[in-house]
Amino acid sequence: MTLAVSILPEQQLAVLNAAYSQAVARRRLRLLLGVVIFAAALVLAGFGAEVNLRTLFTYFGNFVSYFDRIFTLDSGQRVWTDIGEWFWGLRKWLRMLGETLLISYVGTLTGATLAFCLNFLAAENTSPSPWLRFVVRRLLEFARTVPGIVFALIFVIAFGLGPMAGVLAIAIHSTGALGKLFSEIVENADMKPVEGIRSTGASWLSCMRFAIVPQVTAGYASYALLRFEINVREASVMGFVGAGGIGQELVVAIRKFYYSDVSAILLTIIVTVFIIDISTGWLRGRLFGKEART
Amino acid sequence: MTSPQEVDTAQLRARYPDVFDRPASARLAMPAMIVAAFAIFVYGLVDLEFSPSRFFAGLSQLGWISVMMIPPDPGSSLPVYLKALGETLSIALLGTTLAAVFALPVSLLAARNIVPSNILRFPVRRFLDSIRGVDTLIWALVWINVVGLGPFAGVLAIAVSDFGAFGKLFSEAFEGADQKQVEGIRASGGSPLHEIRFGLLPQVLPVIAGQVLYFIESNTRSATIIGIVGAGGIGLQLAEQIRVLEWQKVSFLILMILVAVAAIDFISSKLRFAIIGRRAVA
Repeated sequence: MTLAVSILPEQQLAVLNAAYSQAVARRRLRLLLGVVIFAAALVLAGFGAEVNLRTLFTYFGNFVSYFDRIFTLDSGQRVWTDIGEWFWGLRKWLRMLGETLLISYVGTLTGATLAFCLNFLAAENTSPSPWLRFVVRRLLEFARTVPGIVFALIFVIAFGLGPMAGVLAIAIHSTGALGKLFSEIVENADMKPVEGIRSTGASWLSCMRFAIVPQVTAGYASYALLRFEINVREASVMGFVGAGGIGQELVVAIRKFYYSDVSAILLTIIVTVFIIDISTGWLRGRLFGKEART
Repeated sequence: MTSPQEVDTAQLRARYPDVFDRPASARLAMPAMIVAAFAIFVYGLVDLEFSPSRFFAGLSQLGWISVMMIPPDPGSSLPVYLKALGETLSIALLGTTLAAVFALPVSLLAARNIVPSNILRFPVRRFLDSIRGVDTLIWALVWINVVGLGPFAGVLAIAVSDFGAFGKLFSEAFEGADQKQVEGIRASGGSPLHEIRFGLLPQVLPVIAGQVLYFIESNTRSATIIGIVGAGGIGLQLAEQIRVLEWQKVSFLILMILVAVAAIDFISSKLRFAIIGRRAVA
């Protein structure tokens, strides 16, 4: 088989080649500029964050040996040689872990309920009035942007030490996050059922109840389960500021250098998070089929 | 042709038994789930020592606090706060970059189309999973033990916890890449490294860049909180001011955080659009 490749006349080719190399040069220049700016930002950030490479190299051994130490019992043996000694406080930790799960459950449910009440007001297509939408949206944005643990810090002072502050902090943060996701689902919902129901003379409330809610519940439940997963992680550190859960135990263990306790508590947290992730993933798959699992 | 009114229910019932007589298990499942969910909720309220009196007392306290927060006022420590904010942004940027640099090679090991062996991939994935299972705040506490109090511990904490997340996300990006380019390069005699460099990287680099930018954005938020355990940045100031009940300064700091996060959001979404185009913004 012979191939016929038509070659353009020299003149035309030169012009095209010049244009091509110019385009490539321009792209390279832009890339170089981006890299230089990024590098400059990094150097600046290095000074801002007081990065000290010498400290890192001097103490990096500490990091490795830290893991060595947390896997060593007081008696100097490896932790897995004496499981009973390693997990000496398992009963107490499991109770705290249960509290952590309850905090995230109650917080997520409260947050999801509040988000459910608010999201119809925040969605573009169902909101009864623009100013109400604006107010609700800013409110949700505020609840979402302020980190949960900052709420917890403030609530610990207002409501006293204990899991209640943690629950409320998680509830508020979840309201913000879920409110946005929920209202996005509502914005994607089909509006024809709403028109149909409104044409029968129904009020706004019944429009939402009979036209929108049946379309969106599956998505809501899926997002709420996802949020529960995230909140379990979040609740595990709420104890750092005194807002209940296993974090309290962990921070004490880390600060007081109870090395083997640190690894034991971390391990129980990791295993719990795994189990929760897998079971909610399974549940979401069961409830809503494959397409809702993203 | 029959009009809808003429069809009587008995006929319909006979034709679609599944719709009219659902099994008891299907009919009871939903209410049972709701009752169970509610029962756990109530148990949780009792177990976590919720009481209406405490709740309302706390609420009135919270009302007082909000009143005292107005107007936000930094007092004389505005320069300190600005410096702390700069520190926070530096922590986010450096931590995310470090994480991305280290996660890229590891993510290759966790991608199915690059390392086909299950035995090799499984431990890498579990390793990344366990790093992700530990919260950034916990990593911050660990690093404080190693390099001492200060922002550097924050950088390392963010780098480690993002390393886990990036490892997973990058490997998913590699797995989602089109195999045809890779085959083309293999057909022209390229080595496995060439396949990755010229077949995969050009496809996934924009995706990865977008993800890194998104993480810088979300790490600005994380960086504000790791200060609470002593790892530098604006969180340190915030936690201190909350503990000494300087509410006007607290509200000013929260406002500063909100503005900074909004600004970073804006910049990074602009950059993401520029890098990967409008279509692929997840």
